[in-house]
Amino acid sequence: MATPPDGSHAGNWSYGPAQGRHDGSANPYGYPSVPGHQQPYVPQGPGPSPYDQPAAPRIQPVQPQRRTPEPAPAGASNNPLVRPYAMTGGRTRPRYQLAIEALVHTTAQPHQMQGQLPEHQRICNLCREIKSVAEISALLTIPLGVARILVADLAEAGLVAIHQPGGDESAGGQPDVTLLERVLSGLRKL
Amino acid sequence: MVAGGFGVGKTTFVGAVSEINPLRTEAVMTSASAGIDDLTHTGDKTTTTVAMDFGRITLDQDLILYLFGTPGQDRFWFMWDDLVRGAIGAVVLVDTRRLADCFPAVDYFENSGLPFVIALNGFDGQQPYNPDEVREALQIGPDTPIITTDARHRADAKSTLITLVEHALMARLR
Repeated sequence: MATPPDGSHAGNWSYGPAQGRHDGSANPYGYPSVPGHQQPYVPQGPGPSPYDQPAAPRIQPVQPQRRTPEPAPAGASNNPLVRPYAMTGGRTRPRYQLAIEALVHTTAQPHQMQGQLPEHQRICNLCREIKSVAEISALLTIPLGVARILVADLAEAGLVAIHQPGGDESAGGQPDVTLLERVLSGLRKL
Repeated sequence: MVAGGFGVGKTTFVGAVSEINPLRTEAVMTSASAGIDDLTHTGDKTTTTVAMDFGRITLDQDLILYLFGTPGQDRFWFMWDDLVRGAIGAVVLVDTRRLADCFPAVDYFENSGLPFVIALNGFDGQQPYNPDEVREALQIGPDTPIITTDARHRADAKSTLITLVEHALMARLR
């Protein structure tokens, strides 16, 4: 498989309404948000953290990002009150890898939601009807990587059920013949 | 997956066949990207997809097909690896007036082994080149389908998806 030259840079991507990549002023999620690659997880222990760095200049040259996390543009006016990965306790990788199209539905009773994080509650409320991880991310406007972690948390707590897409492991996760036939038949009936 | 160059109609394609309005995050183009994105033939387009658009088709009670439009610019390619695993295949949309824009996507899917079809999106209802000419120009092998489509129309988009899944099925059975 070919990884494009910049294939491992998950950081320069934002779900924000205004893409901040170009002017450096509106990138609310300037952290790696796609934990689908092979960088090892580096715990954010003592030492310099992206949160501690001084505000970036508002105008930044457009250049390929290296792995160094971008300094937080603290002066930007549309920053969320809580930075996305604060919801996840600084974790950038879920305990297990959820597919972007993995389906999630809530199994929790309302009383079980008491005391959960607001983000967890929002996900549970959304997933009373089955939703993919991608939809959770888009509908709740949280970065995909954060959505993956939060959903994995909920699954671990037994509050949601996850249906990972079927795939033929011997074929690198590609859908098997039966699934392809079902998809084809379904498309023809549309 | 729905791939192709900037402004080639990926979002339109997804929207034509999706049962939900495509969920999207689009960025307003800024002057900083003026040197990067070629607007020669897309003069009235002021935004481009920098994250991903996706749509959904419920095929059966327990079967949902998601269509993901890949980010149209090279600098967002890191998203592609995330999408390939588990994908059925890819539609590479091509605007034949800007054929070179599809080279990166074609290269990518050839290397990744994901089945793909090339769909020539007829802008203004025109198809200035036929599939054989495009096959010759792109040096695409005879196994990869090249079809014409109109990304605005549900029937065309659906037919393109059927061609893709048939192709993926053939590739699995081969």
